[in-house]
Amino acid sequence: MTSDPTSLDFEIPARPEYLSLVRSLVVEAAEMDTHLSRERVEDFKVAVSEATTNAIEAHARACRDESIRIRCTLTSDRLEFHIADQGFGFYPDQIQILPEPDDPSRLNYERGLGIYLMRVLSDDVEIHSSPNGTEVCLAMQLPTNNSKGKSQT
Amino acid sequence: MEFGVTVASSGRWEILTVTGEIDMATVPRFRQRLLGVIGAGAQSVVIDLSGVDFIDSTGLGVLMGAAKRVRGSGGDIRLVRTGSRLSELIELTRLDRVLDVFDSVSAATEDSDS
Repeated sequence: MTSDPTSLDFEIPARPEYLSLVRSLVVEAAEMDTHLSRERVEDFKVAVSEATTNAIEAHARACRDESIRIRCTLTSDRLEFHIADQGFGFYPDQIQILPEPDDPSRLNYERGLGIYLMRVLSDDVEIHSSPNGTEVCLAMQLPTNNSKGKSQT
Repeated sequence: MEFGVTVASSGRWEILTVTGEIDMATVPRFRQRLLGVIGAGAQSVVIDLSGVDFIDSTGLGVLMGAAKRVRGSGGDIRLVRTGSRLSELIELTRLDRVLDVFDSVSAATEDSDS
């Protein structure tokens, strides 16, 4: 692997049946000499799938037919996926906090787990949202000789 | 593995066996079958996810909703899962606090005659 970033841009129709393709791309990217463990790849697969799901939902709410834009970037120490939609946007800091698991009212919440999973399954999450759309950047630190990612096994 | 849901009865239990990937593309079918069983009056439900390769937050949300409905009517709902990845997601989202989780269908239904 070189120190120069390698990037791949692609677009998918904003339809759920393309989610499995995106997950396959995560696996393919991770196999490019990243030395990520299988567990970390699986974690990243969930995180990227969640971000793409949100993007597809954003386009559905906005009645937009445009594609979802995805950029995969591999550097010497990071694997990143950027997922960009053209929905109405949202305010990440205002996302409702779920009740604690032991709280019976937790059962009332069937949604709201996606961003939580992105945060706990990725090493780094950045969300930039405006009324013109949202871009989510998910990253995994790649293991080196001296350091490994936060949940490297 | 292609997504699929089958339903079978064993004693007092209705057992849903799910295979493949549960995501936004397949979750409508998963929800329809699960809520169909519950809506038909099942009070004891086992959801076997041991053949599931992938599940996302939409699938976990369906499980949460099913737990609410079954528990709300005084019923019993149990989850069967194998594999560390699914177990990790269940623990991360604390589903194991609201659903009883077992390692096999036989373990989940062992009191089916009680």
